[in-house]
Amino acid sequence: MRAVDAIMECLKAEGVEVVFGLPGGANLPTYDAFVDSEIKHILVRHEAGGGHAAEGYAKATGKVGVSFGTSGPGATNLVTPIVDAMMDSVPVVFMTGQIRSDLLGTDGFQEADTIGITMPGVKHSFMVTDAEEIPRTIHEAFYIARSGRPGPVVVDIPVDISRADIDYVPVTEVSLPGYQPNVEGNAKQIRQAAKALAAAKRPVLYVGGGVVLGNASEELRALASSDRFPVTSTLMGLGSFPSEGPQWLGMLGMHGTRTANYSMDQADLICAIGARFDDRITGKLDEFAPNAKFIHIDVDPAEISKNVPAHIPIVGDVKSVLPQLTSEYRALGADSARLDDWLAKIDAWKKEFPLGYSDTDDTEIRPQFMVEAVYQATGGNAIICSDVGQHQMWTAQYYHFPEPRRWINSGGLGTMGFGLPAAMGAKVGCPDQDVVLIAGDGSIQMNMQELAACSQEGIAVKVLIMNNGCLGMVRQWQELFWEKRYSHVDMGDYPDFVKLAEAYGATGIRLTDKTTLVDDIRAAIATPGPVVVDVRVTEEENVYPMISPGMPARDMVG
Amino acid sequence: MMNADGGTSETLSLDALHASVGVRSGRKHVLSILVENKPGVLTRVAGLFTRRGFNIDTLAVGPTDDDAISRITLTVDGAVHPIDQVTKQLHKLVNVIKIRDLEPGESLARELALFKVNVAGPQRAEVMQICDIFRGKVVDVSKESVIFEVTGTTEKITAFDQMLKPFGLVEMMRTGEIAIARGRDET
Repeated sequence: MRAVDAIMECLKAEGVEVVFGLPGGANLPTYDAFVDSEIKHILVRHEAGGGHAAEGYAKATGKVGVSFGTSGPGATNLVTPIVDAMMDSVPVVFMTGQIRSDLLGTDGFQEADTIGITMPGVKHSFMVTDAEEIPRTIHEAFYIARSGRPGPVVVDIPVDISRADIDYVPVTEVSLPGYQPNVEGNAKQIRQAAKALAAAKRPVLYVGGGVVLGNASEELRALASSDRFPVTSTLMGLGSFPSEGPQWLGMLGMHGTRTANYSMDQADLICAIGARFDDRITGKLDEFAPNAKFIHIDVDPAEISKNVPAHIPIVGDVKSVLPQLTSEYRALGADSARLDDWLAKIDAWKKEFPLGYSDTDDTEIRPQFMVEAVYQATGGNAIICSDVGQHQMWTAQYYHFPEPRRWINSGGLGTMGFGLPAAMGAKVGCPDQDVVLIAGDGSIQMNMQELAACSQEGIAVKVLIMNNGCLGMVRQWQELFWEKRYSHVDMGDYPDFVKLAEAYGATGIRLTDKTTLVDDIRAAIATPGPVVVDVRVTEEENVYPMISPGMPARDMVG
Repeated sequence: MMNADGGTSETLSLDALHASVGVRSGRKHVLSILVENKPGVLTRVAGLFTRRGFNIDTLAVGPTDDDAISRITLTVDGAVHPIDQVTKQLHKLVNVIKIRDLEPGESLARELALFKVNVAGPQRAEVMQICDIFRGKVVDVSKESVIFEVTGTTEKITAFDQMLKPFGLVEMMRTGEIAIARGRDET
């Protein structure tokens, strides 16, 4: 069998439905195999678009995303999605073509040291040097990408290797002596954690993206409802717990709610679940949650005590640990009345410090209002994607995510340009759901070209550009921390997004009136095919509240 | 209160909980790491140290009795870095099979060093005597210079280096430490 046909067999065996990629010289053999394969291929217009599309697909479906690129620039264009997938623990297999084995190291045409360049940003990578090893390598790559703490895996195949014929024998199991992710939590530690929860008078469940990745939303809800534990979530964990109700504190961190951040500040016990104490969460580390003891549940042992020392570390898959913790806790029969004072205090914070913004009586659209309008127009029943910047934070604050995998954004790396291709991937993975991208006018221009792929393939993403004519988050920081010395944040009135959408074969709409905004957005989402909506919003609006960089959470401003 | 085994008693006081990990040990650690013998493995280990801001004090790589497996012995300053964080990050590398943080009392560590000294006349005898005390060997002699070979712990090599300095030490080369566990168990 041709090695490239074996690649297709392996992808099929892994359950791959779609590959996002772009052909070139060094992966020509692989692309020849697509001609006769059942596996769908979406031709992207830039490899970065393909990489982010594979991420969006993976985040929306929970399956492994697949992205192909050629050697040299094809591979270097994938570096951003690879690192993005690493930071947000997204399972994606990246397969790159490489120049002929005998030319390696000679600075051949389109040669780049793909393995070397990507090494710091991958979960693992393989350079295939023997065609017979291709099937086993591919299955190992998928296994590593999806198991334990998920992440990106790169498979680099020189073009002469992929041109070879091999004796294809299906691979049914992989064996990696140095890779055994621990999924079962230690039972003693779990019992200890249950006792700590029972002893706590001011507990908080602090949940992160690990709960989404581990498909443990139900298990989290069961733990939270085993008593009246207050729950806060990171940007990446939104949707794992319903964004409403008395136990919901709102998002925490730099642009989190005061209630969530004050609760962390005064808690006596914080139970971190699939979260990693990122600097955007802790603010000034020395003064983070000064009164709290920490339970830390994570599948990655290296996250435990990396930033904040854990008192009760539990290494394991949240999906298996949380039910055990819940039943241990229930068995203790703790007196729920001990939480009365704490819940009353939280309730008072919620009443005193609700999220809000000042609006005026005209037609001007405040960006926060735009997000509320999207929430109303979709009823919370859409997959919402975003790019990176102010619009991302406002979406996190004002869209109330009811379920996991409804919120797709680039959290760890903060990659502008992530949104459109990610939305494309999400729509391909979930064709029956509305996929709405809330983009910034800066971010959208970083991977705008993928509108062509959306139009060509009939991928009906609805792009709502929150257009304030500037790089809003940078402008906000220059206003607050650089004495309003605005440096290169004004983007003017360019491009004309409506005309651009039409040029790409999509529907273009411009909205400027808040009084009809909900209906107009609803109509835009109902319009068939890809749609781009240029929503003009207030330019000088800031994301509040805010923990200033390097400050403790209790000193929130705005 | 908490039991020694991590708690089987009925209630627990939050005050009794202590976080013990992430503490800096304050001493040198010798990590003996078994890795798959595959291209790029050393780069992955070295790159991890660079990326996470850990310093490698010494590094030695060699084969084991199994062709598919190599051993990396490296020393890290536990006063600067939390050693459990270093080992946990290393464990995440797919090609790393096993890591052992060798306790000083339960292991033997050796390093080999070569010293070139430009010394002639009466001073040469004195240098030879120092070499004897350190159980070193003279491995090369010319009219103006002598080359010594010394093996021992890092501390011994450093002491020998200090002794030779006044005599016109030209250069010195060290292999970095390798270490093996005492007793019958494998390292």
